[in-house]
Parts: sequence; structure tokens; C-alpha cells
Amino acid sequence: MKVTAQPSADTLTLLLDGELDASSAIVLDTELAKPDILNYRKVLIDCAKLSYISSAGLGVFISHLQRFQDANVKLVFFNMQEKVFNVFEILGLDALMTIVPSLSEAEAA
Amino acid sequence: MKSALRIACSRVHLQQVRDFVRNYLNSRQLSEVTVNQVVLAVDEVVANFIIHANGEDETQFLDLTLAFDQHDLNVEIADNGDTIFLPGPTASPDFHAYIQQGRKGGMGMTLVNRLMDRVEFFTRGNHTVCHLSKHLA
Repeated sequence: MKVTAQPSADTLTLLLDGELDASSAIVLDTELAKPDILNYRKVLIDCAKLSYISSAGLGVFISHLQRFQDANVKLVFFNMQEKVFNVFEILGLDALMTIVPSLSEAEAA
Repeated sequence: MKSALRIACSRVHLQQVRDFVRNYLNSRQLSEVTVNQVVLAVDEVVANFIIHANGEDETQFLDLTLAFDQHDLNVEIADNGDTIFLPGPTASPDFHAYIQQGRKGGMGMTLVNRLMDRVEFFTRGNHTVCHLSKHLA
């Protein structure tokens, strides 16, 4: 699992590459836990190369949501593969998180 | 045809488990979403055995067996550790509470129960065994 951060003005884009499971979730957790992340208005999660997510990966996002909301940082997922979106859907998390098809929609969200 | 895999109880082997399940299902004409659902269910149970039942003790091991009975996939995950691990009934996660609490866990078995047709945990001697099955037409 590789996480690449691309900061630009008030938006931080995180590119996820690989499989997010109970072994690799710590990599993402470390990135989302950085205090500086709360200085951005928006954090965009590019899921184009995210090929797998388990409950451990979902748990990392859920565990930071309140902190982001309290700091008025919007978390938006985009470019999500169907099989990964299906996992969010099965738990009903697609209704609680902002998931859009493309970068342009993520920027507009 | 049956396929078997033995892994030590370390979460670094989860990738190997997922590749094992994917390779086994590869010969069937299944959608990517369906394959991923089975892979996820097995990964969740194996992760629970590794982390919660065995405390990531690499001297312990798990045996996985995959077999098709016509269109029904049957998975056995046998924990060779001596800690009996029998998850109780799972309630639907209250995500609003999880978000407020910053909670990371508590979704794995819910996923497994929603993804598979049958989920059973039972004891065999001093060990715990999990059986999962799913109809894959």
C-alpha cells in the first residue's frame, strides 16, 4: 500500500495505490493523523489504484471522520473501482461518506 | 478440486491469503465484484484469527481449504491455536456512534455475514474452525 500526498492551495489529494488491509492500514492512518491535514479545507482520496479495502481500511477513515468534521475539513473519495465501492455499499457507508465518480466532481463537492 | 494453504499467524500473510483465494476462483467465470466479496470474507475471518485469537503469535498457524461442490464454494479456516474463538451474534454497526467515538473496529464480522450465505464457527478438539459457503452461479 502506497500513499502519495499532493498538496495544492487549500486541498490535499491522497493517492492510494494497492491493497488496504489489516496489515497496511497503518500507512494510511499515519497520513490521516498528521496534525497539518486539518489546515486544508478539503482532503480528496484518489481511489483509482486502490484495488482492495477491508474493514481495517474502512475503520481508518471512520476513525478520522469526526476530527475532520470538527475542523471543517471535507473528505471526498473519487475514482473508486466498482469492487471497492461495493464494500462501502454493503455496509451502507456510501450514504455517510462523500463518494463521487471523478476528480472534477470531487473538486466541486 | 480442493486447494489448501497453511500460514503462520502474522498479518503480513493476509496478502498471500487473498492471492490464494483469487487464484482459486480465477478458473470460474465470476465478476470482479463477486470474487472480491469472497476474498474479503476470507480475509476478515483470517485477520480475526491472527489478531484476536492468536495475538499475532507467528508460532501458531492457520489452515485454509477451498473446495467447490458444483456451484457452491466451501471454505474452511482452521485455527491450530488453543484459544477458542467463537464470535457471537453481530448487531448492525451504529456508524454515527462509531464516527463520534473515532472507532476503528467492529465491522469485520458484519461484512462476513452479509457477504457469505453461511457462516459457522465451531470447535474441533481444542481448536476453532470456521466454515463459510456461498453459491456462485
